Amino acid sequence: MSDVVVRTSGLTRKFGKLTAVNDVDLEIHRGTIYGFLGPNGCGKTTAMRMLTGLLIPTSGSVEVLGQELPKNAEKLKYRTGYMTQTFSLYRDLTVRENLQFVSKIFGLGRRDGKLRIDDLLDRYQLDDLADQIAGRMSGGQRQRLALACAVLHKPDLLFLDEPTSAVDPESRRDFWEKLFDLSDGGTTIVVSTHFMDEAERCHRIAILEKGHKRADGSPTELMQQMQTNVLEVEGDDLRGLRKTLMVLPEVRSAAQIGARLRVLVQKSVQDPVSWIKTLPEAGHITLLEQVRPNLEDVFVTNTHGPEDTLASTRDGEVGQ
Amino acid sequence: MNSLRRLSAILMKEFMQLRRDRMTFAMVVMIPLVQLVLFGYAINTNVRGIPVAVVDQSGSAVSRILQQTVAATQVVDFVQRLDSVEEAQAAIKGARVRAALIIPRDLASRLARSASVGLATPPATNSETSRPLAQWIVDGSDTMIASAIKSLRSMPMNELLRQSANRSTPTFEVALFFNPEQRTVVNIVPGLVAVILTMTMIMFTSAAIVRETERGNMEMLINTPVKPIELMVGKIIPYIFIGLIQTAIIIGLGALVFNVPFNGSMGALVSGTLLFIAASLSLGLLFSTLAENQLQAMQMTVFVLMPSILLSGFMFPYEGMPVPAQYVAELLPATHFMRIVRGVCLRDADLLDLQYDSLWLFGFFVLGMALAALRFKKRLG
Repeated sequence: MSDVVVRTSGLTRKFGKLTAVNDVDLEIHRGTIYGFLGPNGCGKTTAMRMLTGLLIPTSGSVEVLGQELPKNAEKLKYRTGYMTQTFSLYRDLTVRENLQFVSKIFGLGRRDGKLRIDDLLDRYQLDDLADQIAGRMSGGQRQRLALACAVLHKPDLLFLDEPTSAVDPESRRDFWEKLFDLSDGGTTIVVSTHFMDEAERCHRIAILEKGHKRADGSPTELMQQMQTNVLEVEGDDLRGLRKTLMVLPEVRSAAQIGARLRVLVQKSVQDPVSWIKTLPEAGHITLLEQVRPNLEDVFVTNTHGPEDTLASTRDGEVGQ
Repeated sequence: MNSLRRLSAILMKEFMQLRRDRMTFAMVVMIPLVQLVLFGYAINTNVRGIPVAVVDQSGSAVSRILQQTVAATQVVDFVQRLDSVEEAQAAIKGARVRAALIIPRDLASRLARSASVGLATPPATNSETSRPLAQWIVDGSDTMIASAIKSLRSMPMNELLRQSANRSTPTFEVALFFNPEQRTVVNIVPGLVAVILTMTMIMFTSAAIVRETERGNMEMLINTPVKPIELMVGKIIPYIFIGLIQTAIIIGLGALVFNVPFNGSMGALVSGTLLFIAASLSLGLLFSTLAENQLQAMQMTVFVLMPSILLSGFMFPYEGMPVPAQYVAELLPATHFMRIVRGVCLRDADLLDLQYDSLWLFGFFVLGMALAALRFKKRLG
């Protein structure tokens, strides 16, 4: 079997007039953690649903684990796992009962099921919570349970839809450790997120915006290929400076981060540091340096309308 | 094999949730219990003890005997004595009494000449002798109360003169089958099965399935190998048991507390009830595919429940309704089950005797399931 686990070409889905996913080509290799990065409403969930066979593409083709979708969707249910954005297990059942339910649904026998459940309880630190009602657990604990249920039948391919949007940073770290364990064991993982730090952990990411794929590659590759240089500026009247910079065509974006202004300048400007110094407002600047780009810079550079996409990612981070 | 295993997984889960959901569990038992006791005691079409006033213009011994005779029927209860007809009218208007008995000054002479006391046989044309003894003025807005008082119109007056009335031979002989004592509760209790099952079966199933969507469980389920039909059947089966338990409570307690006879066969009752449960559940399923949340499911249930109580024959005889209303009633599963359950419990009918209603329920079930399955599939796609 080939090394490619997911392959789509020209994947498109329309809801009435809205095109949620527009002509997306993907190639996801075995054992990788692949991230869909984008603001809310960019088509992450829709794309993921088409990959699981839940939604039928308007046009384009999908091949998952060598099977064509949506024709063979039912067959694939045993080989793929899906963890939903909101907690979708039974809140009025205990941890163990939820696991038992999923185990029976996937046709595990009594003995196999029990072994597997004990293993999962141990692996996901749910031992002490086994008889706890799921609805009364914390976000991080629920997340672990949801992951345990999603991988119970040992899927080759695991889909995670914004898995950590409801958990604290520490639980998120733990959660990602678990994902790397799974990936190490050969499971391919597709994860959607709007957190930059989360995207940075993926082996490869696709940046989605308004249904289009804007960029695709490993985070490092993407940073190297970026079409802008990143500068950090300190000085008086940063708000005023920002306003001036924003209207210049060479400036891709300028965003204040604490006491600094982070400016993305197109690569076409040969020496961005001295270029900024030539600007009339440069008098206020007390510090100016070129810095290493991060994933947020990549994201901003690769998406249109830097203002509103940035705003919406920020909103997402605060809101959820 | 796998399909059966998945079905049993859903069943087990459903029972576990039901066991934990104390409220629903309590409702399953409390609804039939409370309603049985309430309706069994409360609903009574034999009206008794209507509060009335008396305006005694005669003030004689005879008038007092007349009042006692009327009071002895227990239909009315004299609660006020008033001096004038005007006061009596005001009392009726003020809802202090429902009716007033006006006894005229010349009661004694009217009585002496009255045909009903049988002193003589006066000519029918004689206005002097065909005058009634006294008059009732009645708040006729409630037809039940009005007809109860109207039933006093020709009550025998033999008590009044310690003499037997002139016996009149009735035009018809009436033999009352199945409920010779004319107790309302005998008719109400079996009917209650239909009403309560309509309520719980439709409401519980539609809400239970909508809840699955509402809480996001459906999103998880459709990513598993579960098939829509397995989910539907798995969710329905527990409610079949609940329906049978409720039926047992109502019929059993009805016999125990209200002494309602159970003349039919257990087999006919169970199979008839299962038919009705199936029809109601399929309607509940259909609602669950239409409703987006539990509130909507509830509203749809009420939409069916109200006519099921008022038009099915539970409260008022089906035959008394205008024809268009009968058509509407005919659409409701409760109407058909009302006939079946009363037929089986009171008249020892079997489903063959009631084949029209039985077949109708079966057809309703098949149609409902087909529609629900059709809609269910679409939502998963």
